[in-house]
Amino acid sequence: MSEFFAMDGYAIFLWPAYLVTLIAILANVMLARRAHAEAKQEARRRFAIEDEGSSP
Amino acid sequence: MNWTWFHRLGSPPHIYRIAGTLTPWFAWPAGLLIVAALYGGLVLAPPDYQQGEGFRILYVHAPSAWLAVMIYGVMASAAAVGLIWRMKVAHAVAASCAGVGAWFTAVSLVTGMLWGKPMWGTYWVWDPRLTAQLILFILYLGYMGLRAGIDDLGRADRASAVLAIVGVVNIPIIRYSVEWWNSIHQAPSVMKMDRPSMPLDMLAPLLMMLLGFTLYFAAILLVRLRAEILRRERTASWIREVLR
Repeated sequence: MSEFFAMDGYAIFLWPAYLVTLIAILANVMLARRAHAEAKQEARRRFAIEDEGSSP
Repeated sequence: MNWTWFHRLGSPPHIYRIAGTLTPWFAWPAGLLIVAALYGGLVLAPPDYQQGEGFRILYVHAPSAWLAVMIYGVMASAAAVGLIWRMKVAHAVAASCAGVGAWFTAVSLVTGMLWGKPMWGTYWVWDPRLTAQLILFILYLGYMGLRAGIDDLGRADRASAVLAIVGVVNIPIIRYSVEWWNSIHQAPSVMKMDRPSMPLDMLAPLLMMLLGFTLYFAAILLVRLRAEILRRERTASWIREVLR
């Protein structure tokens, strides 16, 4: 097992490369979902203000 | 010929709905492929006869570099469609691409540096392939900066589309840099005309990674596109319906 993680001496290059890629994959999932959630919230807020303005 | 499909393709509520339905169909296969390819690449594939275990950086480096270039292609094509046919949804697609593209260009540069150090003895050289990839990163940043700098949405769409289209000249330079110039970067092992120069147990995880990353991008793009459409349509009454 430790032999696997040592990657024959390449560990200090290999694992950071995998880590950076993993971070990018997860970050883009998070950023995309947040952008969508924020856009929905923003639209809801706008409609709420509109509705308030139109009611007597 | 019936053009209804083309008009529906440009209809924001239609696209918004379709994008929501399609997202999981890309996301789940992407996740499964990437996990399987990780196991294949890190455990099952044999060490390289020259680079030993170090070659395994390939399985994250090549797919990110592929995404960097492929996303630029999608972005520039969408920008061109938006410019030529004045299709608003196409501009929304282009705008949704830039951020993801910039991320994976950065990943390809960083993983490349981490591969370069043990194999070439240096993190960075001003080599044609590396320099062209750095220019790609700057193009993405320029595109996003230009969009952010123009308040009027229509003008931002058109100006950034022109930039994206002009930047396409960089793509063949990236692709052929290792053949045109005497590059330090190794030549392609998979995407070439004759058969890939790799044994199958090494090649299969790479192909799965490439497909997995591509599907992953499709899923991310669809979610970003939905956000972009909501922001652009602002007051449209159909948004009321879908938010209910």
